[in-house]
Amino acid sequence: MIIRRGLLAATVTLACSAFGATAQAQDKIKIGAVLAVTGPASFLGDPNAKTLKIQVEDINKKGGVLGKPIELVLYDTGSDPTKAKQFAERLIQEDKVIAQVGGTTTAETMAMIPVFEEAKVPFISLGGAVVIIDPVKPFTFKTPHTDKMACEKIFEDLKKRGLTKIGMISGQDAFGKSMQGQCKGVAGKYGIEIVADETYGAADNDMTAQLTKIKTTAGVQAVVNPGFSQGPALVTRNYKQLGMTVPLYQSHGVASKQFIELAGDAAEGVRLPASALLVAEKLPDSDPQKSVVVAYKKFYEETTKSPVSTFGGHAFDGMNILIEAIKRANSTDPVKIRDELEKTKGFMGTAGVVNMSPTDHMGLDLTAFRMLEIKKGDWALLP
Amino acid sequence: MSQFLQFLFSGLTEGAVYALVALGFTIIYNASDVVNFAQGEFVMLGGMVTFFANAAGLPLPLAALAAMLVTIAVGLALNKLAIGPARGASVVTLIIITIGASIFLKGVTQLVFDKRFHRFQAFSGDTPIRVLDATILPQSLWVLGGAGMIFLGLWLFFNRSITGKAMSAMAANRLAAELVGIHANRMMALAFGLSAAIGAIAGILITPITPTSVEVGTLLALKGFAAAMLGGMGSPAGAVTGGLIVGIVEKMSAGYLSTNYKDAVAFIIILATLFVLPTGLFGKAKVERV
Repeated sequence: MIIRRGLLAATVTLACSAFGATAQAQDKIKIGAVLAVTGPASFLGDPNAKTLKIQVEDINKKGGVLGKPIELVLYDTGSDPTKAKQFAERLIQEDKVIAQVGGTTTAETMAMIPVFEEAKVPFISLGGAVVIIDPVKPFTFKTPHTDKMACEKIFEDLKKRGLTKIGMISGQDAFGKSMQGQCKGVAGKYGIEIVADETYGAADNDMTAQLTKIKTTAGVQAVVNPGFSQGPALVTRNYKQLGMTVPLYQSHGVASKQFIELAGDAAEGVRLPASALLVAEKLPDSDPQKSVVVAYKKFYEETTKSPVSTFGGHAFDGMNILIEAIKRANSTDPVKIRDELEKTKGFMGTAGVVNMSPTDHMGLDLTAFRMLEIKKGDWALLP
Repeated sequence: MSQFLQFLFSGLTEGAVYALVALGFTIIYNASDVVNFAQGEFVMLGGMVTFFANAAGLPLPLAALAAMLVTIAVGLALNKLAIGPARGASVVTLIIITIGASIFLKGVTQLVFDKRFHRFQAFSGDTPIRVLDATILPQSLWVLGGAGMIFLGLWLFFNRSITGKAMSAMAANRLAAELVGIHANRMMALAFGLSAAIGAIAGILITPITPTSVEVGTLLALKGFAAAMLGGMGSPAGAVTGGLIVGIVEKMSAGYLSTNYKDAVAFIIILATLFVLPTGLFGKAKVERV
């Protein structure tokens, strides 16, 4: 008798809380964010998280979206793709988010895509590799430039300088591996010949062996280093240590002051493709991106008291693109939001102008990428 | 030739760090038969504390000193709080306790500091020195020199000082040592303190070359253990030799074979040692008189 009553009470309580939960969900717009706030990719994930937090606070202060406040559901994966997948499932099943802006790295993103595709919930990724949106998946988008674009931008610059034979040294994380493959794929188009091809583990602490091999390969005129976080910083320092003088190119995976800090003065003269955000104030006033990037830079640096990085910019763009789509859809239905995401046109973000379509879930073109050079410990825009 | 020389240099530098870690293992093993897997964390603390002390305003030499003191304190605490109460337990249990301690130390360090990579400036600049066709960093010379001096100091300590000989006596037969008046507890504390100091110095010397972070200790401990096994667990000369061999073989295989399996080298060495020469290069077979 008592047990029966107990069971009944329990069921009623559960049912009430379930009602309560759904009632609550309708008051807030829940957006998920699974990021690598700590761990090897914290280089990228920490600015991601900081940006989203201050951005959502700011939007809520100004009245929220469709009259409702946004609730940012943020999980830290510690840069572990397995955790990313677990959090993705939690976002869908427990938190019932209507969309996600997250997936700091390519590895974490690829782990989460199947979850979001199956649940038919839009996922705006902050990862770099082109494989995230090519082939196009119905609910997956991304804001950063692809590794393919990075290769093309670097090769464009090499061609301009009359350099054709390069050595590559690539990190074996998902992004580094992907960019290594992409560069090999587009090299022919730019008349580039890859005469040395070395790799290093993402957690390695010494790349002198690989660089020595590149150094002693005849004819190397420049070196390209796909990768992100501290790997490229170590490569750069080892580069200087070995007395290598041919031009060194990094990818946009190092587009943060932390790279310059870790690499020290070995970073002098290193070139990389990155968004105009890093050189915001140095842009000519006529540059169409200037007002957006300067505004974000000011916002981020004043609120968080840390230097701006493109990774925060990508998160900023992702959230803004999502908000615009929600407003246009005038609904919190994930499928409708996805449809509106695909109609994003002429959106000026920190990474460049975005024009999406059902076959293009990223929307950036090569003009969005600028070639930068590190001079005296700071970013300089190359003409 | 220049490739070989370059690999040799970086192998020697890395090997010197493994040698120091292996020496740390040796000291504690000699005093107690325990293999202290938290040894890697001593190296990590040396580097991390120096960085943060320096970043907080202390000049580098003072920061390094502070790091050494902190690490020694941690080593003594480890002995007092983790090993001490479990005295009497089997050696395997004690080893597992040190593994637990290493995980604990990693966790605390993460909370107190952060999970990022850090380095501080080299002691005498970053300009590489050309030797034939290869280059070596001034800091590498510091590492090799430091390791050499520590080894010399330890040799003198164990062979020429009463305290050192007392510790060796502890290793030979603990009961007998206690019976002749050697204070076992004090010897253990000394062993841990000394190991911690050596680990810290290794961390301080290597961080300008290889940035440190909370995670560096684990792999270092395993490789240092491989070095100690190769050289003969318990033999300081073996520890240094083993360390240098592991370092050089690692870099050579990374250079001439493939960089992907670099970390496997140390483990292959452990397996090879156990199969072929279990007591290591300098170790003596354990003989029990019946």
